Amino acid sequence: MSVFAALNGRARWLLALFVASLALAPVAADRYILSVLILIFYFAYLGQAWNIMMGFAGQLSLGHSLYVGLGAYVAAALWTKFGVGPWAGMFAGMAVAMAFGAAIGWLGFRFGIAGVYFALLTIAFAEFTRIAFDHMDWTGRAGGLFLPVRAEQAHQWWNLRGGPLLFYYLALALMLGALWLCAALRAARIGHYWLAVREDEAAARALGIDVFAVKMKAVLISSAMASVGGTFYAFYYNNLFPAQIFDMSRSIEMILAPIVGGLGTLIGPILGAFILTPLGEGLIAATEEAGLSAPGTKAVFYGLALMAIVWVAPSGVWPWLRRKLGLETP
Amino acid sequence: MSRFLEVAHVTKRFRGLTAVDDVSFGLEKGAIYAIIGPNGAGKTTLFNLLAGVYAPDAGHIAFEGTPIAGLAPEKICQAGIARTFQIVRPFPGLSVLENAKIGALLRHRDPADAEQAAGETLRRLDLWDKRRQLAASLTLPDRKRLEMARALATEPKLLLLDEVMAGLRPTETDRIVAILKALAAESGLTVLLIEHVMRAVMALAERILVLHHGAAIAEGEPTAVVRDPLVLECYLGAEALE
Repeated sequence: MSVFAALNGRARWLLALFVASLALAPVAADRYILSVLILIFYFAYLGQAWNIMMGFAGQLSLGHSLYVGLGAYVAAALWTKFGVGPWAGMFAGMAVAMAFGAAIGWLGFRFGIAGVYFALLTIAFAEFTRIAFDHMDWTGRAGGLFLPVRAEQAHQWWNLRGGPLLFYYLALALMLGALWLCAALRAARIGHYWLAVREDEAAARALGIDVFAVKMKAVLISSAMASVGGTFYAFYYNNLFPAQIFDMSRSIEMILAPIVGGLGTLIGPILGAFILTPLGEGLIAATEEAGLSAPGTKAVFYGLALMAIVWVAPSGVWPWLRRKLGLETP
Repeated sequence: MSRFLEVAHVTKRFRGLTAVDDVSFGLEKGAIYAIIGPNGAGKTTLFNLLAGVYAPDAGHIAFEGTPIAGLAPEKICQAGIARTFQIVRPFPGLSVLENAKIGALLRHRDPADAEQAAGETLRRLDLWDKRRQLAASLTLPDRKRLEMARALATEPKLLLLDEVMAGLRPTETDRIVAILKALAAESGLTVLLIEHVMRAVMALAERILVLHHGAAIAEGEPTAVVRDPLVLECYLGAEALE
């Protein structure tokens, strides 16, 4: 694969070993471990989607829960109301999420709303969509939308009905697919143009780059990817609540893995998810065991983890680790 | 008459200040042309009008017979006019090669071709050995040449250089002069430069335009312009005569 041609021999072996061990993990892992791994893959995938906007194109979105929620709700509603399968539902969800992404991008980029003001715009869209879903009868309002689990559908894997193994491999495929897609985008013309826009917009324009179009492509691809994650979420958990899926804390959760792992890198979102998710889940398990479980424990933990990273390795764990492992391209 | 670049009666005002006042001049293809003048004379504003950063309040600008005044910077670059910034603006977090490659991607859509072309441009500007360094780690003379390399990588017909020699030592200036002369001779590149370093202007320019308070006070061949009494009074000073 030409996308990975830039990797040196050692990095290729490590990548192959990593993929092989994850593919074989279900042989040894129990249900709990599998569920944690699924979460890791899920956050690695979403982190990759968000990283396109912030890490590559330099546009801070704090409302990515919007796209995840739309992908989840559109596919789930089509399935429960009309029996439309999740694959068709996924594309419908992508279309809706991209329409919202296009609206946000157009407003932000056309009228020069940049930096934190752009981030506020993304939060505003996620929030008013949450409120809209809270009051929408058709999707069960704040009471939630539930996907029926029926025995006769238990093995319809093509309709994403099945056990943890199905979702394990699905999540793994999502994570690896996103890695491949991002590597391909990064190596392509658009990937270079994203970096140029991130580094200096005025200089990018002077080199003939249509900055508006380049940023729009970032928001469209990123929102479409995030919505696919939402469709996965809906069929994995079988229940959706606006207050949960559109919540701002979800958007924040999504951006931690790429920040901790290394903003703008390909491996960063994956590494960050592998560091943060097990620690967060372990912390919850430990506090529950000790009878100390309190809401917000995870948020406090993530806050501390973020501070530690900014303190120790400001550009993320991956750039530091890559040097240590000797994976730098000469 | 349709010249390569035609600037006719261009005016730009910022509130009360007239930064560029009814300036007209023209460029022939393949020429090296310099704009000089004291600080605040409107040189950079004139440049920004040509590069699409501002639209003129009055007047016309035509490039190869097509009006370009008021076009966006990216459209100007696509039309074949590349510019450098007075205060250099490399992409600091990217390597020297990536900087040039982003410029080359305008005419070479395939990244591999663009990298090839970028490499050739870097060789021309003596930056090939530093291609893997981050642009942020370069010294000022190297950054100035990277700024030129990135603009040249877009394969322009007209190159606008905004004080690329300022702050350089004479040996560095001579190096850039030699590179520009070779480029103009080999590829027929047309160059318009704003410059304070008279050593470079006299070595390069075939014609000079002198701006003062936004207005053109002299235009012509270098040897004639530097003897113009008005130019001496406004800009060069009497000692330049010696």
